[in-house]
Amino acid sequence: MEKLAPAKDRLVKSKQNWVDGELRGKILVLLCAVIMITATISITIFLGTKGLQSFIKNGVSLIEFITSTKWNPTNQANPEYGVLPFIFGSFAVTFLAAIIAAPLGIGGAIFMTEIAPSWGRKILQPVIELLVGIPSVVYGFIGLTVLVPFIREHVGGLGFSLLSGMIVLSIMILPTITTIATDAISSLPKSLREGSYALGATRWQTIRKVLIPAALPSLLTAIVLGMARAFGEALAVQMVIGNVRNLPTSILDASATLTTIITLNMGHTTYGSVENNTLWSMGLILLVMSFAFILLIRYLSSRRKL
Amino acid sequence: MKSSKKLGLPTVFAALMVFTAACGGETSSDKTEGKDNTKTEEKQELSGSLSISGSSAMQPLVAAAAEEFMAENPNVDVQVQAGGSGTGLSQVSEGSVQIGNSDVFAEEKEGIPADELVDHKVAVVGMTAAVNPKVGIKDIKKEDLIKVFTGKITNWKELGGADQKIVLVNRPDSSGTRAVFNKFALDGATPAEGITEDSSNTVKKIINETDGAIGYLAFSYFTDDTVTPLAIDGVEPTEENVQSGTFPVWAYEHSYTKGEADGLAKTFLDYMMSDDIQNNLLKEQGYLPVTKMEVERDAEGKQTDK
Amino acid sequence: MKSKTADRIATGVFIAIAIIIISILVGLFSYILINGFKYISWDFLTTPSSNIRAGGGIRDQLFNSFYILLITMIIAIPLGIGGGIYMAEYAKPGKVTDIIRSCVEVLSSLPSIVIGMFGLLVFVNTTGWGYTILGGALALTVFNLPVIVRVSEDAILAVPRELKEASLALGITRWHTIKTVILPSAFPSILTGIILAAGRVFGEAAALLFTAGLSTPRLDYANWNPFSPQSPLNIFRPAETLAVHIWSVNTQGLIPDVEEVSNGSAAVLVISVLLFNLLARWIGSLITKKITATK
Repeated sequence: MEKLAPAKDRLVKSKQNWVDGELRGKILVLLCAVIMITATISITIFLGTKGLQSFIKNGVSLIEFITSTKWNPTNQANPEYGVLPFIFGSFAVTFLAAIIAAPLGIGGAIFMTEIAPSWGRKILQPVIELLVGIPSVVYGFIGLTVLVPFIREHVGGLGFSLLSGMIVLSIMILPTITTIATDAISSLPKSLREGSYALGATRWQTIRKVLIPAALPSLLTAIVLGMARAFGEALAVQMVIGNVRNLPTSILDASATLTTIITLNMGHTTYGSVENNTLWSMGLILLVMSFAFILLIRYLSSRRKL
Repeated sequence: MKSSKKLGLPTVFAALMVFTAACGGETSSDKTEGKDNTKTEEKQELSGSLSISGSSAMQPLVAAAAEEFMAENPNVDVQVQAGGSGTGLSQVSEGSVQIGNSDVFAEEKEGIPADELVDHKVAVVGMTAAVNPKVGIKDIKKEDLIKVFTGKITNWKELGGADQKIVLVNRPDSSGTRAVFNKFALDGATPAEGITEDSSNTVKKIINETDGAIGYLAFSYFTDDTVTPLAIDGVEPTEENVQSGTFPVWAYEHSYTKGEADGLAKTFLDYMMSDDIQNNLLKEQGYLPVTKMEVERDAEGKQTDK
Repeated sequence: MKSKTADRIATGVFIAIAIIIISILVGLFSYILINGFKYISWDFLTTPSSNIRAGGGIRDQLFNSFYILLITMIIAIPLGIGGGIYMAEYAKPGKVTDIIRSCVEVLSSLPSIVIGMFGLLVFVNTTGWGYTILGGALALTVFNLPVIVRVSEDAILAVPRELKEASLALGITRWHTIKTVILPSAFPSILTGIILAAGRVFGEAAALLFTAGLSTPRLDYANWNPFSPQSPLNIFRPAETLAVHIWSVNTQGLIPDVEEVSNGSAAVLVISVLLFNLLARWIGSLITKKITATK
């Protein structure tokens, strides 16, 4: 009798401890989740309020801001705040980069999963990871010292162009696309492949008719994520694109993107001035665009479930 | 030594003595002797920390001066941050740094309470248009320069140079260098669009590599013959011509304090004005000593004899 | 026959793509290393950088890069793994989970310049700290957190169900199971993911330009008091990292050896990233071997 009670106590106590531990653990991980939500919300709120100031406080017209092609914030008599050329530039380099990087990335992914699953992956996987690791500053300087003169001499124009920006960006987003595409293709059920081969299809037919259609939503997600990265890249693009505020008329024309204008002008302008506020508004556009990319990805992955 | 009136002779004299003693002689025996003097004279007074922020173009200069200042006053900590002129002016007027460096007058920046800030002109920077050596001209009339930058002349052969298309290399709208060049070299004309780069090194590189390119650079970047500096209206872009006021394109480098400088900030600014810094360090970095200027300029750009 | 030819052509195209990707990397790496390797010397790594004279090194920048990385990881790893555990183990399918997942996705797709601007607004201006290591590290945390969350979530989900179920069947609580069973077996993949993420943090510049600043105060490496402004350990001092140094030397540098310094720094940066990768692989294979051996 006397021995039982402590044992029972002990059990209860240790259970208590476990429950406490459970609770503590739960609180701990919940806290982490809460912090992430807070971070996202506070980024949205801070950039939102700051980015809207140019419209609310300084009375810049939102419609002028996104539809006018004239950017002339330092003209004291008649300042103009049209960022359309930069929005256009951002979209142009993003799409052009995706056009190059998507086939390369998906092709690389197919190579790793279908053509040479054993050794191909062993070589290409680290290559992709290293490409991610090269800092964007370094991409920019190689672009400036190698790519720009090359284009100037062999293709035409000044070298500083949409084309240069597109090439630099496509290399930068290549790893993103390849990694996600590889995951998508290799996670397709084996039965798909086997069924196709059993029907006598060649490897190419299997890839084209079975695997790519089956993985399509994920492949599109990969491309969209790559585009999201391209849209927000700043330093590398700034060094090769020329930063001209006119709308480009050809792929060899110099251009500018939202990010390059922000990095060029941020330090020179004073807090609270209209020009500075318009830069924050451009930052807000970047933020809104990343939300848009996420929504697009959401839409694509909901299609995947069907 | 004209400006010494402003600074108060004793301080200048003290700083001068200290400095010449510490760094004047190259021989080691001189140096150790000087160091000892410094310590006994200044140590009891000078301690604490000073934070300086602002123009990234000025950062190397001020940081180098700070390095030498700290070497003499081991108890003092001077932090020189770069963030751009706008940032420096904002921060000094908010009081988050004691000195804000700017390459433009505070009056020229929107949203800065210029009347609360006290201007200390610590250096002068001369700049001029620079062209690709193959253009083949060394002198340009001001009216022609304006025509070149506003896009009215598009080929160098119209000015007697090589048959090359003119390629403009601009600075960002908010850049102090651009403001100065537009005001004094282009008489306020708005330049046509061209490649836009913030960094002087990049601008120099582009001018050097691109046929027919023209941009503008501070004198300190004309260390080799990769680019050709242009004389304007026959006036060579030399230190003497800037000092005498015959070469028009120059600007002050300003260090602003909120209210009159006092304590450590004052000692440091006096130190910046000392002959040794003005005649040696400034020259090494390609700046012109403000103490030697024979003309003065106010925020509106009016030039008067001193 | 026709489909066989098409198949062969397609295979050729895929191999060509693989070769293109590999040659891009090889080209970039050899360019960086050939141009920069000759400037790397013990002197280069151990002398402080100079503002005006030739012959400056990258001692402080190198230290800052590692130090910011360390601080970032100290903040991001517990948060990230915690978040990963939540997503993998506690989150029930529903609105809240959906929101958190969206947050992770948004955070991971934010451009680094936007994070830099946010950092400038909050960690630099609102807090009044100015440019600090802590501000930089917090900005990088925002940038890094989603990666670690995703890596840990994937790693935890990849732990065999039987392991978890066996533990739970023994009457061990969920948290205890996570601590003693799931985390240890997910550890190798989490570690590899974190090291790879570290490589990315190491080369980040845009977010740090606005948060950690472009300058480093005079550092005294004998001073280990983290509250002294001259101590390298002080987290409230501005710090220029290697990637930012490449940027600032090239943009405003007045030193005569701009090219040497920036090429050398780029090579050091890339070699560091390479080492991070090798380390990740090595540790990964080491642990896998150990685990499979004990099985």
